Amino acid sequence: MNGGGPMMTEIAPALPLFLGAVLSGFTRGWLRALVMLGAPLLGALGIYQMEPGTLVQAELFGLALTPVRVDSLSILFGYLFHLATFIGVIYALHVRDRIQDVAALAYAGSAVGAVFAGDLLTLFIYWELMALTSVFLILARRTERAFGASMRYLVMQVGSGVLLLAGTILYASNDGSLAFNHVGLNAPGGWLIFLAFGIKSAFPFLHNWLTDAYPEATPSGTVFLSAVTTKVAIYALVRGYAGTEILIYIGVLMACFPIFYAVIENDLRRVLAYSMINQVGFMVVGVGIGTELALNGAVAHAFNDVIFKGLLMMSMGAVLHVTGEMRGSELGGLYKKMPKTAVLCMVGAASISAFPLFNGFVSKSMIMSAAIIENHDWVWLALLFASAGVFHHAGIKIPFFAFFAHDSRFVAEAREAPTNMLIAMTIAALLCVGIGTFPLFLYDLLPYDTGYWPYDMSHVLAQMQLLAFSALAFTWLKLAHIYPPELKSVNLDAEWLYRRVAPDAVKKIMTQLTSVKELASKHTLAALGMAQRGIARHHGEHGLLARTWPTGSMVLWVAVLLGLSLVLYYF
Amino acid sequence: MSEKRKYLFDNPRNTRLVVRSLVAACVILAGLDLVLHRHGEHPWEGVIGFYPLYGFVACVLLVLLAKEMRKLVKRDEDYYERRGPDDD
Repeated sequence: MNGGGPMMTEIAPALPLFLGAVLSGFTRGWLRALVMLGAPLLGALGIYQMEPGTLVQAELFGLALTPVRVDSLSILFGYLFHLATFIGVIYALHVRDRIQDVAALAYAGSAVGAVFAGDLLTLFIYWELMALTSVFLILARRTERAFGASMRYLVMQVGSGVLLLAGTILYASNDGSLAFNHVGLNAPGGWLIFLAFGIKSAFPFLHNWLTDAYPEATPSGTVFLSAVTTKVAIYALVRGYAGTEILIYIGVLMACFPIFYAVIENDLRRVLAYSMINQVGFMVVGVGIGTELALNGAVAHAFNDVIFKGLLMMSMGAVLHVTGEMRGSELGGLYKKMPKTAVLCMVGAASISAFPLFNGFVSKSMIMSAAIIENHDWVWLALLFASAGVFHHAGIKIPFFAFFAHDSRFVAEAREAPTNMLIAMTIAALLCVGIGTFPLFLYDLLPYDTGYWPYDMSHVLAQMQLLAFSALAFTWLKLAHIYPPELKSVNLDAEWLYRRVAPDAVKKIMTQLTSVKELASKHTLAALGMAQRGIARHHGEHGLLARTWPTGSMVLWVAVLLGLSLVLYYF
Repeated sequence: MSEKRKYLFDNPRNTRLVVRSLVAACVILAGLDLVLHRHGEHPWEGVIGFYPLYGFVACVLLVLLAKEMRKLVKRDEDYYERRGPDDD
């Protein structure tokens, strides 16, 4: 505890956001706006007053817990989530939907709680809270598709929590400590916890919850979603699995395969969802390399990704808000009516593509340099490929198909996005350029002091050449009509297994079981019928055993029986 | 009146200008390789034209492979909404 005595926010850094969530459920009008905007500001102020090294400890059923642990890593992510919430709240101010207000603040609060959790049990609780609160941002779209996606999302997210709990129990049963520090794969339960983090980081084959659910959420809901879950997962990987070599290869895969899907995907927010996996891939590589430079790069890139991916998601959300359409095949030409949104979108596009002077450049180059320094030549080449690819699909494709290309039917009726959306996007755009131009503001927050500086002639020239020739490739392919057009379609991904193959298999088995059941019931009914007829024959009203006999014949028969037994007895 | 308004890229000259500027930028950036001495972290970075070539080839390959992939994975928009196992 610091000298001034414990502040409320030091005991519970997530408290302002949770209180905001509760209050936003009861307030309306300007009071609601005040609560929604005040909660992240108050929370950020609380973090500003925190002392690194603070531990808040508690005991529950004999378990030593650390609900709050303050260090540079948790502070950085704490700031990040408050910043993202503040921007997201401004973006969503025009929305009149209490469910989304409450869910967004509670979701952000859970994320803040998670990054300050000092033990695995506390982490687990916030981990599951994130799942339960965020699902309402998808449900709030109130479409059948969103409902289906949200249920699949919930299964994956809660499943991740279950794995985390199982891993925690195994981990704690070893030496009785629940403290959340480096875990590693060799620790008991290490693989389970790794997998739990892996689901939320969207590891390959576990990634489809993201591309499935994020594009189905509400315009503002996706902004919150894209800022939080995967970044908490990266935080958890940095804390628990830094330097785990397999992460390098997982990360390379994540950086490379989604860009192919992004090129042929039609839903522009789904393009951004694939692009998000690609960016998280860079971070995962950084965690896997595990040197101070690489970890700084992973954390810094998570920070920047929240801002530029948030900006891109916001610009696409604005297009969706104005036109009600998100398919690239149906959009185009909107720069005529939404020029401000178009320019802001292009700032986000330049940032994610890592143009010098934009924030993606100052963090991604750290990871690339770390890969070279550690002699991961092939990893470096793969990341270079992914860098060119990200410019191609997120940097060019998103703005091109939404705002340029051909004039769509929406151009006549479209109008500029609401002012509050424009303000939120402008803040994010200023941050993109601000951090890109003055990276020390971000570097000072990073966990390690590596003295890294991204701006030298070789770096800048290399990146500019890579990007310019990527743009040239796009232009040539487009002019030569080689570039694949946007088509109304879905593309099969790993989710095909659980959205089509498995349900179809179950259906097939059920159909076969039905025929077995029918056969069985037919024979059973036949057997029962025979039995029934038999009983009826013997016991029915004319049956042998149901006839009424005269008393005399009864006596006669009894006499016969008695005589028979006497004869038998005699022998 | 607003229907009559000419926007930036309604004039094909502006589109051509953008394309030509890009080509010019590419020529200049590639040319800088010959002038500036690069002190890269990796030996391949010193090869003249490495980054321009890599960027161009990577993107063309990406698009061509993605086009091929589309043949394999593309389905109708309502693929997952349709009922029944046999209506592919």
